[in-house]
Amino acid sequence: MSHPLLEVKELKTRFSTEKGTITAVDGVTFNVDYGETLGVVGESGCGKSVTAESIMRLLNEKSTKYGGEILYKGRDLLSLPESKMLDIRGNEISMIFQDAMTSLNPVFTIGDQIAESIVVHQKLSKKEAMKKAVEMLRVTGIPSPEKRIHEYPHEISGGMRQRVMIAMALSCQPSLLIADEPTTALDVTIQAQILEVINELKEELNMGVIMITHDLGVVAEVCTRVAVMYLGQVIEEADVDTLFDSPRHPYTRGLLQSIPKINGDREQKLHTIKGVVPALDNVPKGCRFAPRCSFATEKCLEEAPVLDELPNGQKVRCWHHARIKEREDVPDAIEAT
Amino acid sequence: MKAYIIKRLLSMIPVLLIVAMFVFFLIHMIPGDPAAVMLGPEATPEEVAALRDNMGLNLPIYEQFFNWFTDVARGNLGDSLYMNVPVMDAFVSHLGPTLSLALLAQGFSILIAIPIGVLAARKRGTGVDRTFMIIAMLGMSIPSFLLALLLMLVFGVRLNWLPVAGYSSLAEGVWQHVKFLILPAISLGAIQAAVIARMTRSSMIDILSMNFIKTAKAKGLKQKVVIYKHAFRNALIPILTILGETFGALITGAVVTETVFNLPGLGQLVINAITRRDYAVIQGTILMIAVTYLFLNLIIDLLYGLVDPRVRLSRK
Ligand SMILES: Nc1ncnc2c1ncn2[C@@H]1O[C@H](COP(=O)(O)OP(=O)(O)OP(=O)(O)O)[C@@H](O)[C@H]1O
Ligand SMILES: [Mg+2]
Repeated sequence: MSHPLLEVKELKTRFSTEKGTITAVDGVTFNVDYGETLGVVGESGCGKSVTAESIMRLLNEKSTKYGGEILYKGRDLLSLPESKMLDIRGNEISMIFQDAMTSLNPVFTIGDQIAESIVVHQKLSKKEAMKKAVEMLRVTGIPSPEKRIHEYPHEISGGMRQRVMIAMALSCQPSLLIADEPTTALDVTIQAQILEVINELKEELNMGVIMITHDLGVVAEVCTRVAVMYLGQVIEEADVDTLFDSPRHPYTRGLLQSIPKINGDREQKLHTIKGVVPALDNVPKGCRFAPRCSFATEKCLEEAPVLDELPNGQKVRCWHHARIKEREDVPDAIEAT
Repeated sequence: MKAYIIKRLLSMIPVLLIVAMFVFFLIHMIPGDPAAVMLGPEATPEEVAALRDNMGLNLPIYEQFFNWFTDVARGNLGDSLYMNVPVMDAFVSHLGPTLSLALLAQGFSILIAIPIGVLAARKRGTGVDRTFMIIAMLGMSIPSFLLALLLMLVFGVRLNWLPVAGYSSLAEGVWQHVKFLILPAISLGAIQAAVIARMTRSSMIDILSMNFIKTAKAKGLKQKVVIYKHAFRNALIPILTILGETFGALITGAVVTETVFNLPGLGQLVINAITRRDYAVIQGTILMIAVTYLFLNLIIDLLYGLVDPRVRLSRK
């Protein structure tokens, strides 16, 4: 039987800090299949990066404890020894980061940095790897790549750097690409080009992609499905159209209403979600969103909801999701500010 | 690159002029008369005055400086007032022990301190880290002459492994040469080692928290490669700065160490020259030490360019 590409099941990531243990990711579940782009959205600090880095096991494991399972092609990554993880990182699963400037090593040339993972994973000679690096740079749309490979990160533009990161991440044809806010540091036109490159290569390699972002515009553009995170949990998951058309979780609704519509009424105020995200060491007992939610009832404050699956495949972590069907048919969940 | 070196060499001239002036006037302000020292306590005032005249010491001080400095500018450091040899010769013949001592001390401190700093950074917060950092603190606070005496007592007198004083030139065999310098080098290099170890540790900790380290790890590189290739190369940049800065301290420290271990180096030359008020030797030697120091700094700055490509670019 063939396994799905990636199944994250009840992932928990705990950090032991000076102030005690904090659970940054608390029971996250989602799947990613070949050729699919899963968007992961949520406010700053909700655990998107920690989830991504848990999948790659990049966190310092002396102070990190994992729970749950991360099944990659059926194998649980969390129980693999570090030596086996070395074969997965950069080879099977790759990652690109938000800030390409600081994510590239300033003292090595671009060519060296791309060739490095090719040499390690594909056992090619340095020379052959360099050739492949040129190839990869060409694929990501960098002009005259033969020259570029001898340059250092500080000598090229931000957009170029992100292309270099992509070339580096994809040089070993991984099956899964995790992109952690790959375009936030770039301006809009470059942003679109980078997303385009990622999308094309995804098609070509039939990769699964996890696209972490807090830009719902990016989600609408490239994702097939979306998981919305709040305070270390997935609170809603659906395919893109469903999520944008009929979000069931009050938090998702809030997020959607906080983006301006181009053809919308200019006089209409933008919505913001009232209140602030609670700290991780002070997580509400019941539903984590309850203190900020205008739907919240006694039950919400007392009892944590589970991630319910609806007949259409949409998943929602809310006691009242049945009441919140369409955007229009309930009074606004969010207070205008 | 060539233009840069030339620019740096030219910029040394004003520095050396200032050093020369400073040394010259400082020396001449110290009370004491070289002519009187040379002639001994028996000499009559007339004899002293005659000799002073002969040595040009009766000229106005600015004129003396001018005469000396025009000679220096022509590459002539003058002759020793006391020893009757050219200052340059005296300098060269005393350079050997000091150079060996400084290099050995520097080498010893780098070889010990950098691995310790890296290890402490990797084991940050553990007992290993704390132990090394406490040792480094001690190393920084113990006066080098005290350490020297301690080493002499333990390794020289008690264990009788190494000589407590004296010197043997390189010509008499490498081990002979090094044997006399081990204890001096350790006592001189200890502070240096402590400073470098602490710098290496903090620099490594800094670098290890950077994003590109995560990238390196995400590529599937072994931890060793991440640390020694990706992190260390970057951490080296501030370490180089410290090496340049502490080398000056090493040279001044060498004077004290040479005295304690009775090494016939530049320290001894300068100290003897001072007691004899041998102006030419003091001035010439200190000027030469300044030149050496400036050249070492230039070399370190050029090394920067090798380690850090961003520096290379800005100098093109
Ligand atoms: N190594 C760590 N030790 C302790 N706490 C951590 C650690 N790494 C992350 N956290 C905490 O975990 C929470 C989630 O962080 P994470 O970086 O995943 O947020 P994010 O969703 O990626 O936010 P952003 O959009 O700002 O990138 C934050 O509260 C953060 O402070
Ligand atoms: Mg993040």
